[in-house]
Amino acid sequence: MREASRDKWKAFLTLLPSMILIGVFVYGFIGNTIWTSMTDWGGVGSLALDPQKNFVGLENYVDLFTGFLGGGFRQDLVNAVYYSVMLLAGAVGLGMFIAILLDQKPKGEDVLRTIFLYPMSLSFIVSGTIWRWLLAPQGGVNVLPKYFGFEPLTFKWLSSQSAVLVFNWQDILRILVSFVAFALILTGIYMLRKDQSKAIKRLLVPGIALGAFVWLFGDIIPDALFMEEEHGFNLATLGIIMATIWQYSGYTMALYLAGFNGISQDLRDAAMLDGASQAGYYRHVAIPMLKPITISAVIILSHISLKMFDLIFAMTGPDNAATGHPALTMYLTTFRANDFAKGAAIAIVLFLIAAMFIVPYLIGQYRQRGRH
Amino acid sequence: MITRKFTLGSVFLYGTLVLLALFFLMPAYMAAVTALKMPADISLPSAWEWPSVINWSSFSQAIEKLKPDFINSIILTICATIGSTMLGSLNGYVFSKWQFKGSEVIFTLFLFGMFIPYQVILIPLFQTLRAMNLYGGLPGLILAHIVYGLPITSLIFRNFYAQIPTALIESARLDGAGFFSIYLRIVFPLSIPGFVVTSLWQFTQIWNEFLWGICLTRHTANPITVGLANLAGGQAVTWNLPMAGSIMAALPVLAIYIFLGRYFIRGLLAGSVKE
Repeated sequence: MREASRDKWKAFLTLLPSMILIGVFVYGFIGNTIWTSMTDWGGVGSLALDPQKNFVGLENYVDLFTGFLGGGFRQDLVNAVYYSVMLLAGAVGLGMFIAILLDQKPKGEDVLRTIFLYPMSLSFIVSGTIWRWLLAPQGGVNVLPKYFGFEPLTFKWLSSQSAVLVFNWQDILRILVSFVAFALILTGIYMLRKDQSKAIKRLLVPGIALGAFVWLFGDIIPDALFMEEEHGFNLATLGIIMATIWQYSGYTMALYLAGFNGISQDLRDAAMLDGASQAGYYRHVAIPMLKPITISAVIILSHISLKMFDLIFAMTGPDNAATGHPALTMYLTTFRANDFAKGAAIAIVLFLIAAMFIVPYLIGQYRQRGRH
Repeated sequence: MITRKFTLGSVFLYGTLVLLALFFLMPAYMAAVTALKMPADISLPSAWEWPSVINWSSFSQAIEKLKPDFINSIILTICATIGSTMLGSLNGYVFSKWQFKGSEVIFTLFLFGMFIPYQVILIPLFQTLRAMNLYGGLPGLILAHIVYGLPITSLIFRNFYAQIPTALIESARLDGAGFFSIYLRIVFPLSIPGFVVTSLWQFTQIWNEFLWGICLTRHTANPITVGLANLAGGQAVTWNLPMAGSIMAALPVLAIYIFLGRYFIRGLLAGSVKE
């Protein structure tokens, strides 16, 4: 048995270098960025080897969310939220749709699969460069209708200044609370059939109470800003969303296709015998069975949309504020403007948003492994 | 089956698939057509039309401009891929066959590194590389790619080695084989497909990476993505050059994808943390 325990040590020692590297490069660095975000590192001497840094607490964050100069960042944040939601809906929806089509085993399935997945292998810089050309005004996508006898489009894909779904940033806290209330009520209704008392006690009642509170006493919740500031979904972002969906729906397609192939033919036959239509089979049998795949896809796509930098950089360059994204602003603030502390604060905001859904996901995965 | 051939359903199925395929191929067509045109023939309204004269010189120009970056990318990608797959293989071996108390927690902590937006580690990474005198060149970039590749390579190898029956390991142990000899004689020879999947995945990821390339390297050590961004970034560009450059930057990964697609897809699926 002494031999066995020596082997255990060898196993541990083998892992040790990677543990140290990950410990320093991931966790140590995250800690370091948190610290940096609470200093005033920036300005003229910022690139010195031992730059001067003073602790300023949460000042950088307060600036970003309520400061006069943080308006650009707030627009970027709003863009990022709309971008993530639309990318998720688009890529998961289109990928699932293509997977269902290919699951019918059409002729040439292999070739089609290759065509749908190839964008995934490209660099965002490559696809961004090509899509920028495709979305040029008076060219590319806009002139396509001409070939079918229609008038060409005049939409300004990457430079439009018009925005929809505009709201006042002053109301952001009220909007967030209403959003939480809405989510609670919605999950409550969804859970009602599974566990009635839990759904009512933990979700519906708090949700309705919270909703009623905002509706009746919303004025108590403080304004986020002292002046009005409007933000919305900028239409110029549509082109970037389209390019990302083009690049990533093949990925969700591959995930779902693998999932569909994993469902046994017996189960499918049984569903058909019970009178399920094609649509019914996917709606009630196949797609619910692939819930873990959907969750993985959502997690990975959200992560990608949060760090999205290269594609936007290649499509609209660093200068177009209308299509800004915190990931891009972080780079510009840090490495172009040399404002390291502000850049670190933006990075931490991104990190916190990402951690909000990654941590529960990883804990869930961990528990699942423990059960086997 | 024959009677079902021309039903409304199959017309809809094939019609939709063809339309979708055209949409997915549209950027590739546009890139190829533009790269093959004479610079003077490129105009917005006629962007879709096939070139009247095929002109290959855009490619030779792009090669001339991007060659140093291309070579940088090859060195970077090969070194970082080898480093991260070797370490990942050893880690996966420990995580799947030599679990100790707390190894699952460590594995989960590793995985977290895969999902963080890399902006959050960018500033300390930049500082650390500078302090180590590695900023600006390829070695620093290689180090970064090896470290941040560890989560995904460990994950893929862990899932891959989980398929090797534990009984095989047990019997080798009874025969007196230890930790390293089991790895070298049994696990490693069985790992070839695992290495193919992991290195293809790492190769494409590292080849396509841009953020570190632009933040951590000086001009002489720029990878191809940065070179392409510079080529396409100016305002008064003629589009034949960026398009030829795009095709050039995409070719290595496209070749991998087309010829070794099966392994590419397996890496893709293995990367989505499902077991």
